[in-house]
Amino acid sequence: MADTEYAEVFREEAGELLEELETSLLELEKDPADLKIVSRVFRAMHTIKGSGAMFGFDDIAGFTHHVETALDKVRDGSVPVSKDLIDLTLASRDHIRALLDAATGGGEVDSAEGERIIAALQVLVGGPAAGKGKAVPAPVASVEGKDATQGKRTHYRISVKPTPEFFVGGNTLEALLAELNELGESTVFMDVEQENGGALILLTTDKGINAIEDVLVFAESSCEVKVKVLAVEGQDEFEEHKKLGEILVEKGELSVDDLKTVLDRQKPLGELLVGENLVSRTSVDAALAEQKLVRDAKEKGTVVKGAESIRVASEKLDQLINLVGEMVVTQARLTQVASQYKDSELVEPVEEVERLTAELRDCVLNIRMLPIGTTFAKFKRLVRDLSAELGKEVVMVTEGAETELDKNVIDQLGDPMVHLIRNCIDHGIESPEEREQAGKPRKGTISLAAQHSGANVVITVTDDGKGLDAERIRQKGLEKGLLRADAEVSEQEIWNTIFAPGLSTAKTVTSVSGRGVGMDVVKSTVEALKGSVSVTNSAKGQGTTITITLPLTLAIINGLLVKVADTYFVLPLSQVEECVELTREDIARFHERRMLPVREQLVPYVRLRDFFAIPGERPALEQMVISRIHGERFGLVLDDVVGEHQTVLKSLGWVYRNATGLSGSTILGNGHVALILDVANVMKCARQEEHKALSN
Amino acid sequence: MSAKNETVQSQATQYLTFMLREEGFAIEISKVREVLDVTTMTRIPRMPVYLSGVINLRGNVVPVMDLGQRLGMGDIEYTKNTCIMIVELEVDGNMVEMGVLTDSVQMVLDLNPEDIESVPKMGTNLNTEFIKGMGRQAEEKFLIILDIDKVLASEGEATLREIDSVVSLNLGESKPEEAAGLEA
Repeated sequence: MADTEYAEVFREEAGELLEELETSLLELEKDPADLKIVSRVFRAMHTIKGSGAMFGFDDIAGFTHHVETALDKVRDGSVPVSKDLIDLTLASRDHIRALLDAATGGGEVDSAEGERIIAALQVLVGGPAAGKGKAVPAPVASVEGKDATQGKRTHYRISVKPTPEFFVGGNTLEALLAELNELGESTVFMDVEQENGGALILLTTDKGINAIEDVLVFAESSCEVKVKVLAVEGQDEFEEHKKLGEILVEKGELSVDDLKTVLDRQKPLGELLVGENLVSRTSVDAALAEQKLVRDAKEKGTVVKGAESIRVASEKLDQLINLVGEMVVTQARLTQVASQYKDSELVEPVEEVERLTAELRDCVLNIRMLPIGTTFAKFKRLVRDLSAELGKEVVMVTEGAETELDKNVIDQLGDPMVHLIRNCIDHGIESPEEREQAGKPRKGTISLAAQHSGANVVITVTDDGKGLDAERIRQKGLEKGLLRADAEVSEQEIWNTIFAPGLSTAKTVTSVSGRGVGMDVVKSTVEALKGSVSVTNSAKGQGTTITITLPLTLAIINGLLVKVADTYFVLPLSQVEECVELTREDIARFHERRMLPVREQLVPYVRLRDFFAIPGERPALEQMVISRIHGERFGLVLDDVVGEHQTVLKSLGWVYRNATGLSGSTILGNGHVALILDVANVMKCARQEEHKALSN
Repeated sequence: MSAKNETVQSQATQYLTFMLREEGFAIEISKVREVLDVTTMTRIPRMPVYLSGVINLRGNVVPVMDLGQRLGMGDIEYTKNTCIMIVELEVDGNMVEMGVLTDSVQMVLDLNPEDIESVPKMGTNLNTEFIKGMGRQAEEKFLIILDIDKVLASEGEATLREIDSVVSLNLGESKPEEAAGLEA
């Protein structure tokens, strides 16, 4: 339907705006009196409408127009911000999202839903009775807000400096100027000397500054736009007349330095006055100080917002990471070669390259780091909607939203976090009445916190609800055979059985949770991200804390390089507890049964050579690397431990996506490919195969 | 091998011809990105024998398949002519690279549609789905034109089945489907 070339641009932009809209609406709910937020909401809607119409998304533009009209009433203060209004606007936001998805080929839209929202909105703001819910494409810039400048002839100076992106979107300066001209009388000074140069417009209109901003709002993202009120007719507070120099400087026709040089030839006014004995030096100094104060205060308020970020396709970033990974590998090779030559002239630049590569690697990995707060914001909406649905009162507080994590990790963290939060609201937080009886505040609190801890990020989800019922979980665990009746288990172990598949202590299955699938999804997703999740604290009547630990990045890990025959393997260092030797005598002592006492405890092991069917004789002295998987110690026996290795992770590709016991590959300094071991998977498979072999 | 040196006609498609064991095969040249000498390969354990492993292709880890083995033509013998064709194919909407081991790469050949005969219903001892046609190269010489996408893409499903049925560690065991249909 729409111009596909720009449709993607619009989709992306609108997606961002919708997210911003949601955040603003939730803020507004907390602080309904803040008109700044209302304007922000309005502007977001307006931009969606405008660009929607521009790119041919007429249904979106049409629908948004109605919402915008309602919001305009809120902006001018004739309709108060109410919960119903927020609800409806949030529903509109979701509807726009649905329209957007449908327009780009994802799903169907319930058009009745749109009509229902519009009708309800119109009732709320006391507009014309609904009925013809049919959306009509709205004319751009038809909106007039109420402000000090409306209805009074006002002179504005507008400067527009387009960036190249402006023209990419199919915009022209002429169209913009024509639109401005419709508002009133305008005089245009084009900067013709430069290609794509800017324009200076002197505009006189009585439409008010909002009307102007509405025209310019589309240009704002891709242009440097400045609007200044020069004078309002019939208003006493005329801005004092500008000095000639100032006007020239403001227009950029005279540089400040030049002006200064010229002015410096002249004695400052103060000096002249003092020289003539008209005023004392102190009063001149005081006046100057006051002037400076006012000036500083003004300048502070108008700090130029430069280009803070640029949008880059994540594909390009992945490519960059790949290249840097390759460079790290090549550099390791270079260092290896250089060390053979023992040439002092060579050593120095090679060390320099080593340092630079390390810096480059850190820098590039840093680019992918995003603050976790972006996902936190999404959960606010979830908490709001879900607690309303379940009749509970819940507030969410966040901490450490600025903590940075790899983009890939953040993207995949969404689902498990949603499950955890749902669980908190459904099972953790009690109903307001129950809470009052228990002497707790009616409102429950869910707290999300993130913080760095070494090479990891620790995220905690805490609620102040009723806590886990250890006895009931134990019962369920026994029923499902997850716990043994005779075994002595710690409270912590009992808690953590909630992550087992199929375990739910909820008495009823609701739409939200209780099916017992959520928590094991959480666990498997987090483990796929090479992290861990556990219940770290829970007290009856006081709440539960669940902790997720994740590595900072998935792109590079610290590994332990090991060898079996000619094949190199890498174990994630985070999974390695210790390394011990396995002698022929040890093996003989246990008659080839695969276990070894380490620190007075028998550790079962798997010989990689056997597990992977690698041909060749095993050496007289083997090495055993011990990991702790799900609290159990487990050994992998191999030929040789080479040492630590900075491992750039590479996927094994689709052909090998189901490879047993492996999670990926990496390229070594000598150019060979080493395989990254998935220790937990090796253990699981080895155990299954042993059981199978025995039962046959 | 005698080349039919004719001018390129508008409908002619270019094929890269290569040998598998003693037989001549061909695939569309547009599928082939490059041809490499055999380098160090890392075997992925517990995978079917025709999956030869992975190689480091300028920093990318690329899987390699022994095409002859895949088509049930027996074990490969490495010689100085053995090489890896890097083939591009689409999997789940993404372009991926895959190495294909061949005994030797021969030449680029133009074939007009009339030079290509349809696949005999039987007698090829190959899964006919993998064959696009029989290319006539000279009077009495035919090349088997492979549908390389199908051969390679069948891999995803094939390995999945393979994994499910891995009980023994005998990697040399061929798949039941091959044993039934591809016996040479």
